[in-house]
Amino acid sequence: MTAFVRDQWYVAAYGHEIGRELFARTVLGEPLVLYRAETGEVVALADRCVHRRYPLSESRLDGDTIICGYHGFTYDKAGTCVAVPGQARIPRTARVPAYPVVERDSFVWVWIGAPDLADEALIPRAPWLVDPGYTTVCGMEPLAARYLLLVDNLLDLSHETYLHGGYIGTPEVAETPITTEVDEDNRTIYVSRHMDDAACPPFYAKSTGIEGRITRWQDIEYRPPCLYLLHSRVAPVGVLPEEDGSDPNGFHVEVVYAITPETEHSTHDFWAVARDFALDDQGVSDFLAESNRTVVLQDVTALDILEKVIQAEPDGYQELSVNIDTGGLAARRFLERMAADAAEGARAARV
Amino acid sequence: MTGRVAVLRGDAVHRVHWRLGTDLLVAVCHCGAERDFEDPVVLWDWLLAHPVGHESGSAPARRQPLAVSAR
Repeated sequence: MTAFVRDQWYVAAYGHEIGRELFARTVLGEPLVLYRAETGEVVALADRCVHRRYPLSESRLDGDTIICGYHGFTYDKAGTCVAVPGQARIPRTARVPAYPVVERDSFVWVWIGAPDLADEALIPRAPWLVDPGYTTVCGMEPLAARYLLLVDNLLDLSHETYLHGGYIGTPEVAETPITTEVDEDNRTIYVSRHMDDAACPPFYAKSTGIEGRITRWQDIEYRPPCLYLLHSRVAPVGVLPEEDGSDPNGFHVEVVYAITPETEHSTHDFWAVARDFALDDQGVSDFLAESNRTVVLQDVTALDILEKVIQAEPDGYQELSVNIDTGGLAARRFLERMAADAAEGARAARV
Repeated sequence: MTGRVAVLRGDAVHRVHWRLGTDLLVAVCHCGAERDFEDPVVLWDWLLAHPVGHESGSAPARRQPLAVSAR
């Protein structure tokens, strides 16, 4: 099983989830408490009081300090203990780790790993989610399965035909060959499936109003470990982008997932759907939100089952991989290498 | 279906094309080496071994026993 990939940015929450209430979320096995400071920035601290490990998320916010709900140890935004009950001396080790945080593209990103390695420039972007030219619906579903199963699922969309028939799947998805590209330097995996003449699934027929068959492009851009983008273009059959690259007659949907491991066997499945059409149509928003949540929950049901199967099986089970798995296999190998590199870096730092 | 798609523009891009009308995968290394495969596991073994084995021809690789687990 691939280890966690540390020394990376992960989505811990949507910005709209974090306010003046203490908010608990576990990322890569590390319990965090998050809140929004009075000046507006998001703070992320380890969610365990240094004294008797009581969860700070079960405590109280006073201004920008957290007062532990068990014995009153008080921590500032940097995680430094600033008050200890009944005594004036504050022990030198009385602090909880503070996590680097960046709020970007509607997400709250936290750095899991050595804080001195946190570089904001490494955060992959999903600009459509805050672009006024797009309307976005979003959600998050808890997944009782290891994150690799979700990576596998999303890198091979041929499963849409079977698991999501009647929503986003049509026969052409499973029948159309893919091209897979892996950029080692820029840490990107790209899987293209361009269908020239395909049935239009309800997800797109009802939201775009297209009647009849479509040209459907699915271009996956995975930025391991956390961010997954599906650039989706649909148009009536034969309608292609203009020679200058503009595409006034195509409908564009950016489907964004943030794949954040919670524990070794559970995952936060953040999903968002941004569209560049029917921007003010609440009916389309409601339909896409409900449809995509249904699709995500179909995946959740299947992957939760798969996690139980894998946990119950003896070691050494031999899978069979075929052509549709080319992108998923690339992602696995990428993640294995990233995990090994991060572990090697941590070992070197300790020497 | 269009022909060979190439979107990423980096200097170290591996590409795998599904040869039209066949079950064959065409692996193209960033060094220019190219080879047909029937099995994506064997394909990635070869691609990621660059430069080892990338100077030879493009005979199809045969399916090998798999040793990959989800664990």
